[in-house]
Amino acid sequence: MAENLEPTPVDETSNRINTPFNRRNFLKYTGLTMAATAIVLTGCDDDDDDTTPMAEGSVNLGTGDVGILNYAYALEQLEAAFYTQVVANAAFSTAFPSALERSILTDIRNHEVAHREFFKAAIPAASRIPDLTPDFSAVNFSSRASVLATAKTFEDLGVAAYNGAGKLFTDTGNGLTYLTLAGKIVSVEARHAAEIRDLISNGDFAKGDSGIIAGRQIVDTNGLDVALMPLEVLQRAQPFIKQTIVATGLPTQ
Amino acid sequence: MNIFNVIQEIEKVDPEVFDRLDARRSVFKHFAGFSKKLVATAVPLAFGSFLNKAYAQTGSNSAIVEVLNYALTLEYLEAEFYKQAATASAAVGAPAAAQGALALIRDHEVAHVAFLRQAITSLQGTPVMFTAASFDFTAGGAFADVFTNYGTMLAVAQAFEDTGVRAYKGQAGNLVANNTILQAALQIHSVEARHAAHIRRMRRDTPTIMASVKPWITGKDRGGLPAATQPIYDGEELTTQATVNIIMNAGGININADSASEAFDEPLTKTQVLAIVDPFIR
Repeated sequence: MAENLEPTPVDETSNRINTPFNRRNFLKYTGLTMAATAIVLTGCDDDDDDTTPMAEGSVNLGTGDVGILNYAYALEQLEAAFYTQVVANAAFSTAFPSALERSILTDIRNHEVAHREFFKAAIPAASRIPDLTPDFSAVNFSSRASVLATAKTFEDLGVAAYNGAGKLFTDTGNGLTYLTLAGKIVSVEARHAAEIRDLISNGDFAKGDSGIIAGRQIVDTNGLDVALMPLEVLQRAQPFIKQTIVATGLPTQ
Repeated sequence: MNIFNVIQEIEKVDPEVFDRLDARRSVFKHFAGFSKKLVATAVPLAFGSFLNKAYAQTGSNSAIVEVLNYALTLEYLEAEFYKQAATASAAVGAPAAAQGALALIRDHEVAHVAFLRQAITSLQGTPVMFTAASFDFTAGGAFADVFTNYGTMLAVAQAFEDTGVRAYKGQAGNLVANNTILQAALQIHSVEARHAAHIRRMRRDTPTIMASVKPWITGKDRGGLPAATQPIYDGEELTTQATVNIIMNAGGININADSASEAFDEPLTKTQVLAIVDPFIR
């Protein structure tokens, strides 16, 4: 192998690499290469190609970390709009005669509105997706069963979305901050999901069909919750959103 | 440049370099393969990247194994707790549904133990090992009737679940070097949150307990748990996230401090968590 590498290039770099090592220089050398790699990756994420013209009625989530934040913002908009309508509906008290259940749904509404407003404030206005128009035509807001079934889909899907998106943030700087924030939200979504499932059938908080992947239990035999990639999530959420969500710019790994 | 001279120089400061290279035989092979295509001037850069793989992988693996062993410790704590709780649940008067829930959670925690052990082994790490005898679920007598009083049993369960959620949340950033592990940890994290929500519901709905708790954490309220458990909830009262004040009026919907704190769960550091669970470990 050494023979293959001859002749020795005489340049500054090879002079440096032939000088005796000490641990600090060695770490500096490998560290330097890693830093350079990070800059290249950051450069990719700054690619701002979300200004491509889009079709009328479609919303492009964009790219990089901000694209993932927009993705979360889209899902939170959907959830917030749903629970707002649940609680505001004239039939709320008749659909949910239990004061405890009404207070639970009102709490969840508040949490989802808080999440939506958080993303709205945290994403720079220039990169932020607009307000989405929900389509809840499939939901009967006067029916406890219909409301809870829809809520179950949204909550389990929300958990799966955050679980699948965590790895898509960049691994340094802001990406780490966003990962932590997503972590703060996902466990609250999971608490919602458990409670909604229990409202449908007490004891189903972490068992039974996932309802979002055919044949997949909500908690599998390894004790793991569902995780889905953005395209899989949006495919399931799209029927509830009037605009077409374009997620092709999002990171895929 | 003689690459083996370079490695010998490294060996003077890192005697394990040959072990590292040997353990990364595939990387070595990879390097040998593409070195033939390289012009000589590119070699120093390629060699740097090769060393990065040899070091960064073992380095990040050992950091990840450390996190996973910490998680495994907590999962053992929960698994051994629920094994005994599920067994004792009928005797303490838990309704049939509650007995089923405790058994389900036990099964999940046992599955988490097995899963984490496998993950650690696959990263060439050595999983920690605990047994029932490793733990004192009375925490030195603070919860003396943990397996004979249903209320105490669920109080300890809530303490463990809410701690577990915060513990996993605190480690996500330490797992970013391995996307598979990061995602799996998040998938466990949300299951712990589901458990926490249900245990809280059980405490609320049991006539003999009737704890004033919701499935989510309000402020830093410990929901009737003993004062000693306060560190599990301290910090949860946060109402500002990344400089955004969550207390607000959004289109006529008032988000007060309770809602703002409930909407976000907060992480705990490993040090904080180990201090919380220390009384339960012999």
